This record gives sequence, C-alpha cells and structure tokens, in this order.
Amino acid sequence: MKVKGKVFKYGNDVDTDVIIPARYLNTSSEKELAEHCMEDIDESFVNEVEAGDIIVAGDNFGCGSSREHAPIAIKASGVSLVIAKSFARIFYRNSINIGLPILECPEAVGAIEKGDVVSCDLGSGTVTDETTGKSFTAEPFPPFIQQIIEDGGLIAHLAKVKK
Amino acid sequence: MGMTMSQKILAAHAGLKEVKAGQLINAKLDLVLANDITGPVAIKEFEKAGAKKVFDKNKVVLVMDHFAPNKDIKSAEQCKICRSFAADKEILNFFDVGKMGIEHALLPEKGLVGAGDLVIGADSHTCTYGALGAFSTGVGSTDMCAGMMSGEAWFKVPAAMKFVLKGKPAKYICGKDIILHIIGLIGVDGALYRSMEFAGDGIKYLNIDDRFTICNMAIEAGAKNGIFPVDGVTREYLQGRYTGEIKEYAADPDAVYDKVYEIDLSALKPTVSFPHLPENAKTEWGNIKIDQVVIGSCTNGHISDLRMAAEILKGRKIANGVRAIIIPATNEIYLQALKEGLIEQFIGAGAVVSTPTCGPCLGGYMGILAAGERCVSTTNRNFVGRMGHVTSEIYLASPYVAAASAVTGRLTSPAEVME
Repeated sequence: MKVKGKVFKYGNDVDTDVIIPARYLNTSSEKELAEHCMEDIDESFVNEVEAGDIIVAGDNFGCGSSREHAPIAIKASGVSLVIAKSFARIFYRNSINIGLPILECPEAVGAIEKGDVVSCDLGSGTVTDETTGKSFTAEPFPPFIQQIIEDGGLIAHLAKVKK
Repeated sequence: MGMTMSQKILAAHAGLKEVKAGQLINAKLDLVLANDITGPVAIKEFEKAGAKKVFDKNKVVLVMDHFAPNKDIKSAEQCKICRSFAADKEILNFFDVGKMGIEHALLPEKGLVGAGDLVIGADSHTCTYGALGAFSTGVGSTDMCAGMMSGEAWFKVPAAMKFVLKGKPAKYICGKDIILHIIGLIGVDGALYRSMEFAGDGIKYLNIDDRFTICNMAIEAGAKNGIFPVDGVTREYLQGRYTGEIKEYAADPDAVYDKVYEIDLSALKPTVSFPHLPENAKTEWGNIKIDQVVIGSCTNGHISDLRMAAEILKGRKIANGVRAIIIPATNEIYLQALKEGLIEQFIGAGAVVSTPTCGPCLGGYMGILAAGERCVSTTNRNFVGRMGHVTSEIYLASPYVAAASAVTGRLTSPAEVME
C-alpha cells in the first residue's frame, strides 16, 4: 500500500483530547468527528487537509483517553498516514483496529517539515520526503497487520477472512 | 526467570506456565467494560461483525456515566443505543441513571472485579482496578467489541517498572500527591507500554481509595497497567463485595524490572500538576488565582476523597468568585457522605453537589470553563481544552489542595488553611 500527501507537523504528546475534543463525543458519526479533528491545537487543519495528507509528530502521539474516535476522526478527515517518533499504547492499537496506517520513524520526524510532500510505501516502510529528496526507513508492520489496515480495520478484516 | 505480578496474571489467563516481556499471548477475560461514549462505537462494530450474542451476559458491563444524565439530545441517543443493546443481549450489568456511578468506582463497589482478575475496558482509566490486585487495562472500542464477542483478547506481555514506596506519608498527603509526584518524575510516557508495579512498606499506610487513585493515573504515565500487591486492606475491601475466588499473585523475587524507583512517602509535599500535562508536577506554586474547583471523578470521587474535602471545608466558606463543584463517584458514596454529614458541610460552605457523572473532567458538562479561566481539579488530565475553552487552565491536585484552594480563591496548601 502506497500513500502520498502534504505534511501537517506537530510536537510531542499530542493527546486524544486535542485530536477530537470530548465535547464532540456525543456522536460516533465519522463525518461529524472529522469536522472537528485537531481543532484545539490547529484550527486550520480541517479546512486545509486534503485526501492523502500525512500527519508527522513527536513522541507519545495519541496519549490520554482510549477514545477510538481519535484515529477515526483522523482517518475520516482524509489523512493517509501518521508518522511519529512513538505512539501512546491505546492509540497505537486503535489505529490498527480501525485501519489507519501509522509508522514509528524518529529520523523522518526530525527531518520532515510542515508542508513537505511525503510518500510512503507501507509494505517496505520506506518514507520519502519528495520536497527535499531524503529517504528514511521505518520498521514496517508484519504482513498480517498490514492486511488488517488494508482491509479497513480488524472487524472488516475478520469479516473478509471468514468469507 | 521470574515473573512480575502482572505477568503472572496474564500467564494464568493464557493457560501458560510462564510468559516473558514482549511475548504475544491470547488470554481469557474475566470482565469487559464500555461506557456511553465508547459503547456505541463497539456496538456498531459488533453489528458490523454480524455477531449475535455476547460471550457471557454476566461478564459484559455497560455504564452510562460520561454524559449521563444526558446533557443533550445526541448523548441521549448514544445512551439509547447502549440501553437497547443491553436489553437485546440480556446484559445483566447495565448501569443506567439511578444505578450508575462513575465506572471505575462503581465496578469495584459492585464486586465485579477481584484480585487476580483480567479486565479490559473501553476507557483508559480501566487501569484503576490494579488497586485490587487485578490486571486491568484500557482498550479502544474495537478491542472491547472483540472481547465482548469472544471473551478473549490478545496482549503483548508488558515489561515492568517497580516503585518501592517507603515510609509514612505526612498529614495532608494522599494517593494523588504520590502519583502526581511519580508522573512528574518519569514523565507522561515514562512507563509507555509497561506495567507500574507498586511495592514497599509504605503501602500499608495507603487505604484502598489511595490505591485506586494511584492505579487510575498509571495511564497518565503511558503505562499499560498499575498494580498493588494484595494485603489486608485489599481483602477487607473485597470482603462482602466480590463473590468470586480471590486469586493472590505476587511478583517473583527475581522478577525483571526495567527500572526500580524508591519513593520516600514521608518526604512528599502537596503536589500539583500545572497546565497542560500531568508531568508538570510542582510543590511550589506561586500566586495562582482560580475560578473553579472540581472535586470528584474516577480519580478522586471516593468516600475518602470527600472526607478530605470536608475536613477542610467544615465551618469554612468557599471564596467569593470561586465555583466549587463536588461530585460523589457513585450513589453509594453519595449516600455515605450524606449519612456522615459531609454533603451538608459542602452545601453550607457554598459548594454545589452533583449526581455522579464524569461530566466536567472531560469537558462534557457540569462545569465547563470559559476562556482564560483556571480550575483546581481532582481529576486526571490537564490537557489543552480538556475542561472547556482552549485557553482555560487545569491544575491537578488532591482533594485537600482543591478544597483549601476553594477557600482562599488561589492555589493553596491545606496546612495554610488549617493552621
């Protein structure tokens, strides 16, 4: 699976409360959640994000609440990949479970700037900053996790496997 | 190679003699939990999967606590989804308004969790039950859904950090000061993916509510779970509540820990985490004027917490310009506080007392902050915008500090008010 898009860049400890504030958790509609994604740290995100774009962030991305609404909001806003130095535990698992591609790659995070166009081959873990021409290699997920993500999440994957 | 307490519980539930950090295991669950926010997402997945029934109608728990009693039409619809699902699947432990309390205070109170149990919940503060010697951890809605369908979950066996608690805490020092101090020490990802295991002779000075508070905030250091050894305090609490078999696990003497910290409880001072991360723990505060105080939540809404607040507020008045909101975590706690005369003291002091709800802690309702307002709160997170406007500020503190601050109108140490 290959993805490509422009980069939104954030710092360390981006918590799930800023990814999707709890005041919007009175719905589980993906579309409504996407309309408020990142609102409390980046008001312009929702207006600027386009299908395929990539979030790049520091350590402990997705810390805090277990709300699956956080990766759901990011995915539904069109983001194709989140690259971080590290992810908080529950967010990491939730992302796989709902089919949001994520990668841990500290070197890429250090070098990639806001607005750069980045492409990534999720199968090999190769991240390329097309704006600067630099390439980085992240540890790719094993094939079965890649398959879960590609199928759109754990439940969709299981339904497909059962057939 | 020895195992930690957490690893032993996981091994037992996976039917294995031994597990090692990093190993992937499939384990049987004793309890699976969701609330009115995470439940509807799990139910949607459950239906998408074409599942017909839950693995065990005694072992699935749904608690309507976050936006209940409902704050608006949308949250009422979310509760309605859970209510219909519970009725349809004959889920016995469905807690609606009147029966509900804040989930992590409610489940132990109802005897649904015991020592040695393995619990997952679609709420990050599910780690609270480590206070009872259980392995419990927060998951997302999809994992909860899978657990609800199969009664099983896969885990990566966590490595661990050990916190040896030594000595006796001074007056006005409680579980909240201890955990804020620890998070200040190791940071909000200091225990990422790992267990936080508590040990040491200082444990005997901590009542069950202190332990709930400490394990509750293990997630605030990124941990997978927090856990206390089982002792007389645990057994006394479980007596008459938990009807299952108490399974007491202890870490092996040669268990491996990534890091061992010694915490001298006698040296701790009232500790407050400044905006906007729980790791910003400070004991010197300067002059911080405040607008609101919240005492409650799964972190500090227990009876001991209300007693601490009442000790300070008795015969005193909330400062002009400060709104004090006190929320007993469950109806049983509420009734106990009523019997002890605490509620009268709160209202007499000028505070408002609410029915159990998570409400203000996550900026849902019942105490939302306006731009620039400051709140001293006994809750667990002080992230940007957590309780309201993005420019509002949250200072995480113990019930003693919160109550003392309510009296003076600025961040205040309890000793100052009591002297």
